[in-house]
Amino acid sequence: MQANTLSGGFADPAVGSAHAFRSVMEAMARPGTIQDIEGAAPPAPLSPAMGAVLLTLCDTETPIYLAGDMDCDAARAWLAFHTGAPFVGPAHCMFAVGKWDALAPLAVYPIGTSEYPDRSATLIVECSELAASSATLTGPGIKDQATLSLPEVEAFQANRTLFPLGLDFIFTCGERLAALPRSTEVSRSSSEAIAQVGAS
Amino acid sequence: MTEYNFAYLDEQTKRMIRRAILKGLAIPGYQVPFASREMPMPYGWGTGGVQVSAAVLTPKDTFKVIDQGADDTTNAVSIRTFFQRTAGVATTTATSDATVIQTRHRIPEEPLHEGQILVYQVPIPEPLRFLEPRESETRKMHSLEEYGLMHVKLYEDISRHGHIATSYAYPVKVEGRYVMDPSPIPKFDNPKLGDMAAIQLFGAGREQRIYALPPYTQVVSLDFEDHPFEASKADHPCGMCGATDSYLDELIIDDLGGRMFVCSDSDYCEARQATGHKGKDAA
Repeated sequence: MQANTLSGGFADPAVGSAHAFRSVMEAMARPGTIQDIEGAAPPAPLSPAMGAVLLTLCDTETPIYLAGDMDCDAARAWLAFHTGAPFVGPAHCMFAVGKWDALAPLAVYPIGTSEYPDRSATLIVECSELAASSATLTGPGIKDQATLSLPEVEAFQANRTLFPLGLDFIFTCGERLAALPRSTEVSRSSSEAIAQVGAS
Repeated sequence: MTEYNFAYLDEQTKRMIRRAILKGLAIPGYQVPFASREMPMPYGWGTGGVQVSAAVLTPKDTFKVIDQGADDTTNAVSIRTFFQRTAGVATTTATSDATVIQTRHRIPEEPLHEGQILVYQVPIPEPLRFLEPRESETRKMHSLEEYGLMHVKLYEDISRHGHIATSYAYPVKVEGRYVMDPSPIPKFDNPKLGDMAAIQLFGAGREQRIYALPPYTQVVSLDFEDHPFEASKADHPCGMCGATDSYLDELIIDDLGGRMFVCSDSDYCEARQATGHKGKDAA
Protein backbone atom coordinates (compact mmCIF):
# COMPACT_ATOMS: atom_id res chain seq x y z
CA MET A 1 0.00 0.00 0.00
CA GLN A 2 1.29 3.40 -0.99
CA ALA A 3 1.59 6.13 1.61
CA ASN A 4 -0.54 8.48 -0.49
CA THR A 5 -3.44 6.00 -0.37
CA LEU A 6 -4.12 7.02 3.21
CA SER A 7 -3.66 10.76 2.72
CA GLY A 8 -5.50 13.23 0.55
CA GLY A 9 -8.91 13.09 2.20
CA PHE A 10 -10.70 16.14 3.61
CA ALA A 11 -8.78 17.56 6.58
CA ASP A 12 -12.12 18.06 8.36
CA PRO A 13 -14.52 15.61 6.64
CA ALA A 14 -17.81 17.15 7.80
CA VAL A 15 -16.92 20.74 6.91
CA GLY A 16 -14.84 19.86 3.85
CA SER A 17 -17.62 17.81 2.28
CA ALA A 18 -20.20 20.46 3.18
CA HIS A 19 -18.26 23.09 1.19
CA ALA A 20 -17.58 20.65 -1.64
CA PHE A 21 -21.24 19.67 -1.84
CA ARG A 22 -22.32 23.30 -2.16
CA SER A 23 -20.03 23.63 -5.17
CA VAL A 24 -21.48 20.49 -6.74
CA MET A 25 -25.04 21.58 -5.97
CA GLU A 26 -24.53 25.09 -7.37
CA ALA A 27 -23.04 23.53 -10.52
CA MET A 28 -25.95 21.09 -10.91
CA ALA A 29 -28.56 23.78 -10.16
CA ARG A 30 -26.95 26.29 -12.54
CA PRO A 31 -25.73 24.29 -15.54
CA GLY A 32 -22.79 25.90 -17.30
CA THR A 33 -21.45 27.77 -14.29
CA ILE A 34 -17.93 26.81 -13.26
CA GLN A 35 -17.43 26.33 -9.52
CA ASP A 36 -14.30 26.02 -7.42
CA ILE A 37 -13.97 22.88 -5.34
CA GLU A 38 -11.08 22.01 -3.07
CA GLY A 39 -9.95 20.04 -0.07
CA ALA A 40 -9.03 16.70 -1.64
CA ALA A 41 -5.61 15.54 -2.84
CA PRO A 42 -6.14 12.20 -4.61
CA PRO A 43 -3.37 10.35 -6.47
CA ALA A 44 -3.07 10.80 -10.26
CA PRO A 45 -4.94 10.35 -12.56
CA LEU A 46 -7.75 11.66 -10.33
CA SER A 47 -7.86 15.46 -10.25
CA PRO A 48 -8.41 17.29 -6.95
CA ALA A 49 -11.92 18.23 -8.12
CA MET A 50 -12.69 14.62 -9.07
CA GLY A 51 -11.41 13.46 -5.69
CA ALA A 52 -13.52 16.00 -3.81
CA VAL A 53 -16.71 15.06 -5.72
CA LEU A 54 -16.17 11.37 -5.02
CA LEU A 55 -15.42 11.93 -1.34
CA THR A 56 -18.56 14.06 -1.03
CA LEU A 57 -21.00 11.73 -2.77
CA CYS A 58 -19.67 8.18 -2.61
CA ASP A 59 -19.68 5.52 0.10
CA THR A 60 -20.38 1.81 0.47
CA GLU A 61 -23.86 2.29 -1.03
CA THR A 62 -22.68 3.76 -4.34
CA PRO A 63 -21.13 1.41 -6.91
CA ILE A 64 -18.46 3.17 -8.98
CA TYR A 65 -17.30 2.37 -12.49
CA LEU A 66 -13.73 3.41 -13.27
CA ALA A 67 -13.27 3.84 -17.02
CA GLY A 68 -10.04 3.64 -19.01
CA ASP A 69 -6.96 5.15 -17.36
CA MET A 70 -8.90 5.84 -14.18
CA ASP A 71 -9.08 2.11 -13.49
CA CYS A 72 -5.64 1.84 -11.90
CA ASP A 73 -4.29 0.56 -8.60
CA ALA A 74 -3.67 4.04 -7.20
CA ALA A 75 -7.26 5.23 -7.82
CA ARG A 76 -8.81 1.95 -6.65
CA ALA A 77 -6.79 1.85 -3.44
CA TRP A 78 -7.49 5.52 -2.65
CA LEU A 79 -11.24 5.24 -3.26
CA ALA A 80 -11.45 1.92 -1.40
CA PHE A 81 -9.81 3.45 1.67
CA HIS A 82 -11.62 6.80 1.66
CA THR A 83 -15.10 5.82 0.44
CA GLY A 84 -15.41 2.02 0.63
CA ALA A 85 -17.39 2.12 -2.60
CA PRO A 86 -17.64 -1.15 -4.55
CA PHE A 87 -16.23 -1.19 -8.11
CA VAL A 88 -18.58 -2.46 -10.81
CA GLY A 89 -19.08 -2.41 -14.56
CA PRO A 90 -20.84 0.47 -16.35
CA ALA A 91 -24.27 -1.21 -16.43
CA HIS A 92 -24.54 -1.32 -12.63
CA CYS A 93 -22.83 1.87 -11.53
CA MET A 94 -24.27 4.91 -9.77
CA PHE A 95 -21.18 6.95 -10.56
CA ALA A 96 -18.90 6.53 -13.56
CA VAL A 97 -15.48 8.12 -13.52
CA GLY A 98 -13.29 8.71 -16.55
CA LYS A 99 -12.25 10.79 -19.51
CA TRP A 100 -14.96 11.38 -22.10
CA ASP A 101 -13.63 8.94 -24.72
CA ALA A 102 -13.15 6.19 -22.15
CA LEU A 103 -16.71 6.54 -20.84
CA ALA A 104 -18.33 5.90 -24.26
CA PRO A 105 -20.69 4.35 -25.28
CA LEU A 106 -23.31 6.05 -23.09
CA ALA A 107 -26.04 3.53 -23.91
CA VAL A 108 -24.74 1.03 -21.33
CA TYR A 109 -25.31 3.20 -18.24
CA PRO A 110 -28.53 2.99 -16.20
CA ILE A 111 -30.89 5.85 -17.13
CA GLY A 112 -33.50 5.13 -14.46
CA THR A 113 -37.02 3.80 -14.92
CA SER A 114 -40.13 5.77 -15.77
CA GLU A 115 -41.36 5.38 -12.19
CA TYR A 116 -37.93 6.01 -10.64
CA PRO A 117 -35.98 8.24 -13.03
CA ASP A 118 -33.59 9.08 -10.17
CA ARG A 119 -32.12 5.58 -10.34
CA SER A 120 -29.73 6.65 -13.05
CA ALA A 121 -25.97 7.01 -13.29
CA THR A 122 -24.05 10.23 -12.81
CA LEU A 123 -21.01 10.45 -15.06
CA ILE A 124 -18.07 12.37 -13.67
CA VAL A 125 -15.96 13.38 -16.63
CA GLU A 126 -12.33 14.42 -16.24
CA CYS A 127 -11.65 17.21 -18.72
CA SER A 128 -8.43 18.82 -19.91
CA GLU A 129 -10.12 22.22 -19.97
CA LEU A 130 -13.27 23.83 -18.64
CA ALA A 131 -14.40 27.12 -20.12
CA ALA A 132 -17.47 29.11 -21.09
CA SER A 133 -17.30 28.32 -24.78
CA SER A 134 -18.35 25.99 -27.60
CA ALA A 135 -21.82 24.74 -26.57
CA THR A 136 -24.93 26.79 -25.77
CA LEU A 137 -27.09 25.61 -22.88
CA THR A 138 -30.71 26.45 -22.07
CA GLY A 139 -33.18 24.98 -19.62
CA PRO A 140 -33.92 24.85 -15.89
CA GLY A 141 -31.29 26.64 -13.80
CA ILE A 142 -30.23 28.92 -16.67
CA LYS A 143 -31.57 32.46 -16.87
CA ASP A 144 -31.28 33.07 -20.60
CA GLN A 145 -28.50 30.90 -21.87
CA ALA A 146 -25.09 29.66 -20.78
CA THR A 147 -22.04 28.39 -22.59
CA LEU A 148 -19.79 25.52 -21.59
CA SER A 149 -16.94 23.64 -23.25
CA LEU A 150 -18.48 20.21 -23.80
CA PRO A 151 -16.57 17.30 -25.36
CA GLU A 152 -19.33 16.98 -27.96
CA VAL A 153 -22.94 18.06 -28.52
CA GLU A 154 -24.86 15.14 -30.05
CA ALA A 155 -24.54 12.81 -27.05
CA PHE A 156 -26.09 15.42 -24.75
CA GLN A 157 -28.88 16.18 -27.21
CA ALA A 158 -29.70 12.46 -27.37
CA ASN A 159 -29.62 12.28 -23.56
CA ARG A 160 -32.05 15.22 -23.36
CA THR A 161 -34.61 13.40 -25.49
CA LEU A 162 -34.81 10.67 -22.83
CA PHE A 163 -36.10 13.14 -20.19
CA PRO A 164 -37.22 12.52 -17.48
CA LEU A 165 -34.90 9.53 -17.79
CA GLY A 166 -31.28 10.05 -18.66
CA LEU A 167 -27.77 10.58 -17.35
CA ASP A 168 -26.42 13.51 -15.40
CA PHE A 169 -22.90 14.80 -15.92
CA ILE A 170 -20.29 16.48 -13.75
CA PHE A 171 -17.18 17.82 -15.48
CA THR A 172 -14.02 18.16 -13.42
CA CYS A 173 -10.77 19.89 -14.28
CA GLY A 174 -8.06 20.69 -11.74
CA GLU A 175 -9.84 22.30 -8.81
CA ARG A 176 -12.94 23.35 -10.73
CA LEU A 177 -16.12 21.69 -11.87
CA ALA A 178 -19.29 22.23 -13.90
CA ALA A 179 -22.36 20.09 -14.39
CA LEU A 180 -24.97 19.23 -16.99
CA PRO A 181 -28.19 17.63 -15.77
CA ARG A 182 -30.44 15.71 -18.17
CA SER A 183 -32.87 18.66 -18.27
CA THR A 184 -30.50 20.96 -20.18
CA GLU A 185 -30.97 21.63 -23.89
CA VAL A 186 -27.61 21.69 -25.66
CA SER A 187 -26.85 23.27 -29.02
CA ARG A 188 -23.72 24.28 -30.84
CA SER A 189 -22.80 27.92 -30.32
CA SER A 190 -23.81 30.02 -33.29
CA SER A 191 -20.23 31.20 -33.86
CA GLU A 192 -19.05 27.62 -34.11
CA ALA A 193 -21.97 26.65 -36.35
CA ILE A 194 -21.02 29.46 -38.73
CA ALA A 195 -17.40 28.30 -38.70
CA GLN A 196 -18.53 24.78 -39.60
CA VAL A 197 -20.75 25.99 -42.42
CA GLY A 198 -17.85 28.07 -43.72
CA ALA A 199 -15.55 25.06 -43.65
CA SER A 200 -17.92 22.72 -45.46
CA MET B 1 -20.63 21.85 19.49
CA THR B 2 -18.29 18.90 20.09
CA GLU B 3 -21.10 16.60 21.21
CA TYR B 4 -22.54 16.42 17.70
CA ASN B 5 -21.19 15.97 14.21
CA PHE B 6 -21.33 19.23 12.25
CA ALA B 7 -25.01 19.98 11.48
CA TYR B 8 -26.20 17.05 13.64
CA LEU B 9 -26.53 14.32 10.98
CA ASP B 10 -23.80 11.73 10.43
CA GLU B 11 -21.80 11.96 7.21
CA GLN B 12 -23.28 8.88 5.54
CA THR B 13 -26.80 10.24 6.00
CA LYS B 14 -25.75 13.59 4.58
CA ARG B 15 -24.21 11.91 1.53
CA MET B 16 -27.46 10.01 0.93
CA ILE B 17 -29.49 13.24 1.21
CA ARG B 18 -27.02 15.12 -0.99
CA ARG B 19 -27.32 12.51 -3.74
CA ALA B 20 -31.11 12.82 -3.55
CA ILE B 21 -30.89 16.62 -3.80
CA LEU B 22 -28.72 16.41 -6.94
CA LYS B 23 -31.15 14.00 -8.64
CA GLY B 24 -34.02 16.25 -7.56
CA LEU B 25 -32.33 19.26 -9.21
CA ALA B 26 -31.69 17.22 -12.36
CA ILE B 27 -35.38 16.21 -12.61
CA PRO B 28 -37.27 19.34 -11.48
CA GLY B 29 -40.52 18.55 -9.69
CA TYR B 30 -39.92 14.80 -9.40
CA GLN B 31 -40.07 13.37 -5.86
CA VAL B 32 -36.86 11.51 -5.02
CA PRO B 33 -37.27 8.87 -2.28
CA PHE B 34 -34.74 9.14 0.54
CA ALA B 35 -34.10 7.31 3.79
CA SER B 36 -35.44 9.92 6.19
CA ARG B 37 -33.95 9.74 9.68
CA GLU B 38 -35.51 10.21 13.06
CA MET B 39 -34.82 13.77 14.14
CA PRO B 40 -34.96 15.17 17.65
CA MET B 41 -38.37 16.68 16.92
CA PRO B 42 -41.71 15.14 15.97
CA TYR B 43 -42.86 14.54 12.40
CA GLY B 44 -44.85 17.52 11.27
CA TRP B 45 -42.38 19.94 12.82
CA GLY B 46 -40.17 20.19 9.79
CA THR B 47 -38.04 17.06 9.97
CA GLY B 48 -37.74 16.95 6.18
CA GLY B 49 -36.68 20.56 5.93
CA VAL B 50 -34.25 20.12 8.81
CA GLN B 51 -32.56 17.15 7.12
CA VAL B 52 -32.22 19.07 3.85
CA SER B 53 -30.85 22.10 5.68
CA ALA B 54 -28.37 19.89 7.54
CA ALA B 55 -27.13 18.50 4.23
CA VAL B 56 -26.60 21.89 2.59
CA LEU B 57 -25.35 24.08 5.45
CA THR B 58 -21.70 25.10 5.70
CA PRO B 59 -20.18 26.94 8.67
CA LYS B 60 -20.06 30.13 6.55
CA ASP B 61 -23.82 30.26 6.06
CA THR B 62 -26.26 32.71 7.60
CA PHE B 63 -29.44 30.85 8.46
CA LYS B 64 -33.01 32.12 8.70
CA VAL B 65 -36.11 30.14 9.61
CA ILE B 66 -39.69 31.25 9.07
CA ASP B 67 -42.93 29.62 10.12
CA GLN B 68 -45.96 30.98 8.22
CA GLY B 69 -43.74 33.95 7.38
CA ALA B 70 -42.78 34.75 10.98
CA ASP B 71 -39.29 34.46 12.50
CA ASP B 72 -40.54 34.47 16.07
CA THR B 73 -42.89 31.50 16.31
CA THR B 74 -42.08 28.30 18.23
CA ASN B 75 -41.18 26.16 15.24
CA ALA B 76 -38.94 28.82 13.69
CA VAL B 77 -37.18 29.66 16.94
CA SER B 78 -36.49 26.03 17.84
CA ILE B 79 -35.11 25.08 14.42
CA ARG B 80 -32.97 28.23 14.30
CA THR B 81 -31.55 27.41 17.74
CA PHE B 82 -31.03 23.79 16.72
CA PHE B 83 -28.64 24.73 13.90
CA GLN B 84 -27.04 27.49 15.94
CA ARG B 85 -26.05 24.81 18.42
CA THR B 86 -25.25 21.88 16.12
CA ALA B 87 -23.74 23.69 13.11
CA GLY B 88 -22.50 26.90 14.72
CA VAL B 89 -23.96 28.94 11.86
CA ALA B 90 -24.79 32.62 12.09
CA THR B 91 -28.51 33.32 12.16
CA THR B 92 -30.57 36.25 11.03
CA THR B 93 -34.16 37.34 10.59
CA ALA B 94 -33.35 39.64 7.65
CA THR B 95 -34.34 37.90 4.40
CA SER B 96 -31.66 39.59 2.30
CA ASP B 97 -28.82 38.66 4.72
CA ALA B 98 -29.63 34.95 4.82
CA THR B 99 -27.90 32.41 2.57
CA VAL B 100 -30.10 29.48 3.62
CA ILE B 101 -33.76 30.06 4.54
CA GLN B 102 -35.84 27.23 5.90
CA THR B 103 -39.53 27.91 5.55
CA ARG B 104 -42.83 26.49 6.63
CA HIS B 105 -45.70 27.49 4.34
CA ARG B 106 -44.50 30.85 2.97
CA ILE B 107 -42.12 32.40 0.46
CA PRO B 108 -40.63 35.67 1.75
CA GLU B 109 -42.11 38.84 0.27
CA GLU B 110 -38.69 40.25 -0.60
CA PRO B 111 -37.44 38.72 -3.87
CA LEU B 112 -34.62 36.22 -3.25
CA HIS B 113 -31.31 36.52 -5.05
CA GLU B 114 -28.70 34.18 -6.52
CA GLY B 115 -26.63 32.51 -3.85
CA GLN B 116 -29.64 31.94 -1.61
CA ILE B 117 -31.27 28.57 -0.93
CA LEU B 118 -34.91 28.23 0.14
CA VAL B 119 -35.67 24.98 2.00
CA TYR B 120 -39.35 24.07 2.35
CA GLN B 121 -40.86 21.88 5.04
CA VAL B 122 -43.36 19.63 3.28
CA PRO B 123 -46.07 17.61 5.02
CA ILE B 124 -47.58 15.71 2.03
CA PRO B 125 -45.31 15.86 -1.03
CA GLU B 126 -47.65 13.94 -3.33
CA PRO B 127 -50.13 16.32 -5.02
CA LEU B 128 -52.28 13.37 -6.08
CA ARG B 129 -52.41 11.72 -2.64
CA PHE B 130 -55.88 12.91 -1.62
CA LEU B 131 -57.21 11.81 -5.00
CA GLU B 132 -55.43 8.43 -5.07
CA PRO B 133 -54.19 7.00 -1.77
CA ARG B 134 -51.99 4.25 -3.26
CA GLU B 135 -48.34 5.19 -3.76
CA SER B 136 -48.00 2.48 -6.44
CA GLU B 137 -50.76 4.20 -8.42
CA THR B 138 -49.63 7.81 -8.01
CA ARG B 139 -46.12 6.81 -9.04
CA LYS B 140 -47.56 5.25 -12.19
CA MET B 141 -49.64 8.36 -12.83
CA HIS B 142 -46.51 10.55 -12.65
CA SER B 143 -44.62 8.22 -14.95
CA LEU B 144 -47.43 8.30 -17.52
CA GLU B 145 -48.03 12.04 -17.05
CA GLU B 146 -51.62 11.11 -16.19
CA TYR B 147 -52.80 14.27 -14.46
CA GLY B 148 -56.43 14.36 -15.60
CA LEU B 149 -57.63 13.60 -12.08
CA MET B 150 -56.05 16.80 -10.78
CA HIS B 151 -57.94 18.86 -13.33
CA VAL B 152 -61.13 17.05 -12.35
CA LYS B 153 -60.54 18.12 -8.75
CA LEU B 154 -60.10 21.76 -9.79
CA TYR B 155 -63.17 21.46 -12.02
CA GLU B 156 -65.23 20.12 -9.10
CA ASP B 157 -64.18 23.23 -7.19
CA ILE B 158 -65.63 25.35 -9.96
CA SER B 159 -68.88 23.39 -10.18
CA ARG B 160 -69.35 23.57 -6.41
CA HIS B 161 -68.13 27.08 -5.62
CA GLY B 162 -68.14 28.88 -8.96
CA HIS B 163 -64.38 29.36 -8.83
CA ILE B 164 -61.26 27.33 -7.97
CA ALA B 165 -61.54 27.32 -4.18
CA THR B 166 -58.16 25.65 -3.53
CA SER B 167 -56.30 28.41 -1.70
CA TYR B 168 -53.09 26.73 -0.51
CA ALA B 169 -50.94 23.79 -1.65
CA TYR B 170 -52.15 24.79 -5.10
CA PRO B 171 -50.76 22.29 -7.64
CA VAL B 172 -48.21 23.43 -10.21
CA LYS B 173 -46.68 21.90 -13.32
CA VAL B 174 -42.91 22.11 -13.56
CA GLU B 175 -41.24 22.56 -16.97
CA GLY B 176 -44.31 21.07 -18.63
CA ARG B 177 -43.67 17.65 -17.08
CA TYR B 178 -44.24 16.90 -13.37
CA VAL B 179 -47.20 18.10 -11.35
CA MET B 180 -45.81 19.17 -7.98
CA ASP B 181 -47.16 20.14 -4.58
CA PRO B 182 -45.53 23.46 -3.66
CA SER B 183 -46.12 22.57 0.05
CA PRO B 184 -48.98 24.39 1.81
CA ILE B 185 -47.92 27.87 0.76
CA PRO B 186 -50.86 30.18 0.00
CA LYS B 187 -51.57 30.37 -3.71
CA PHE B 188 -50.62 34.04 -3.38
CA ASP B 189 -47.01 32.76 -3.33
CA ASN B 190 -47.32 30.47 -6.38
CA PRO B 191 -46.16 33.07 -8.94
CA LYS B 192 -42.87 33.42 -7.02
CA LEU B 193 -42.01 29.72 -7.51
CA GLY B 194 -41.13 30.09 -11.17
CA ASP B 195 -38.14 32.02 -12.47
CA MET B 196 -36.78 32.44 -8.94
CA ALA B 197 -33.08 33.34 -8.68
CA ALA B 198 -32.59 31.14 -5.61
CA ILE B 199 -32.43 27.34 -5.43
CA GLN B 200 -35.60 25.80 -3.95
CA LEU B 201 -35.37 22.48 -2.11
CA PHE B 202 -38.34 20.60 -0.64
CA GLY B 203 -38.01 18.04 2.16
CA ALA B 204 -40.76 15.75 3.46
CA GLY B 205 -39.47 13.81 6.47
CA ARG B 206 -42.35 11.52 7.36
CA GLU B 207 -43.11 10.82 3.70
CA GLN B 208 -39.40 10.39 2.87
CA ARG B 209 -39.28 12.51 -0.27
CA ILE B 210 -37.01 15.28 -1.52
CA TYR B 211 -37.69 17.40 -4.59
CA ALA B 212 -36.27 20.56 -6.02
CA LEU B 213 -36.61 23.51 -8.36
CA PRO B 214 -33.40 24.86 -9.89
CA PRO B 215 -33.28 28.65 -10.38
CA TYR B 216 -35.22 30.09 -13.32
CA THR B 217 -37.40 27.03 -13.71
CA GLN B 218 -40.76 27.28 -15.45
CA VAL B 219 -43.53 26.67 -12.92
CA VAL B 220 -47.18 27.01 -13.98
CA SER B 221 -50.16 26.89 -11.63
CA LEU B 222 -52.81 24.55 -13.06
CA ASP B 223 -55.95 26.30 -14.29
CA PHE B 224 -58.51 26.50 -17.09
CA GLU B 225 -58.73 28.99 -19.96
CA ASP B 226 -62.08 30.30 -18.67
CA HIS B 227 -60.99 30.11 -15.02
CA PRO B 228 -57.42 31.38 -15.02
CA PHE B 229 -55.25 31.03 -11.93
CA GLU B 230 -55.52 33.96 -9.56
CA ALA B 231 -53.07 34.72 -6.74
CA SER B 232 -55.48 35.86 -4.04
CA LYS B 233 -55.04 37.57 -0.69
CA ALA B 234 -57.21 39.32 1.88
CA ASP B 235 -58.42 42.58 0.36
CA HIS B 236 -56.99 44.91 3.01
CA PRO B 237 -53.80 46.84 3.64
CA CYS B 238 -51.55 45.64 6.49
CA GLY B 239 -52.72 47.17 9.78
CA MET B 240 -49.16 47.64 11.04
CA CYS B 241 -47.17 48.78 7.99
CA GLY B 242 -49.88 49.66 5.46
CA ALA B 243 -48.48 47.34 2.77
CA THR B 244 -50.98 46.49 0.05
CA ASP B 245 -48.80 43.97 -1.79
CA SER B 246 -48.09 41.44 0.96
CA TYR B 247 -49.86 38.31 2.14
CA LEU B 248 -51.91 39.00 5.28
CA ASP B 249 -52.86 37.10 8.41
CA GLU B 250 -56.24 37.86 9.95
CA LEU B 251 -56.04 38.35 13.72
CA ILE B 252 -59.03 38.33 16.05
CA ILE B 253 -58.24 41.01 18.63
CA ASP B 254 -61.22 40.92 21.00
CA ASP B 255 -64.40 38.93 21.64
CA LEU B 256 -66.61 41.50 19.92
CA GLY B 257 -65.64 40.52 16.40
CA GLY B 258 -62.77 42.99 16.22
CA ARG B 259 -60.07 41.99 13.77
CA MET B 260 -56.99 43.29 12.08
CA PHE B 261 -54.92 42.21 9.10
CA VAL B 262 -51.13 42.11 9.34
CA CYS B 263 -48.32 40.94 7.06
CA SER B 264 -47.55 37.26 7.58
CA ASP B 265 -43.90 38.01 6.67
CA SER B 266 -42.68 39.53 9.95
CA ASP B 267 -39.33 40.67 8.56
CA TYR B 268 -40.99 42.47 5.64
CA CYS B 269 -43.47 44.18 7.97
CA GLU B 270 -40.84 45.23 10.51
CA ALA B 271 -38.53 46.56 7.82
CA ARG B 272 -41.34 48.68 6.41
CA GLN B 273 -42.29 50.00 9.85
CA ALA B 274 -38.64 50.87 10.52
CA THR B 275 -38.61 53.03 7.38
CA GLY B 276 -41.66 54.96 8.58
CA HIS B 277 -44.56 53.12 6.95
CA LYS B 278 -47.56 53.02 9.23
CA GLY B 279 -50.85 51.17 8.97
CA LYS B 280 -54.16 52.22 10.50
CA ASP B 281 -53.82 49.91 13.52
CA ALA B 282 -50.20 50.79 14.35
CA ALA B 283 -49.70 52.16 17.87
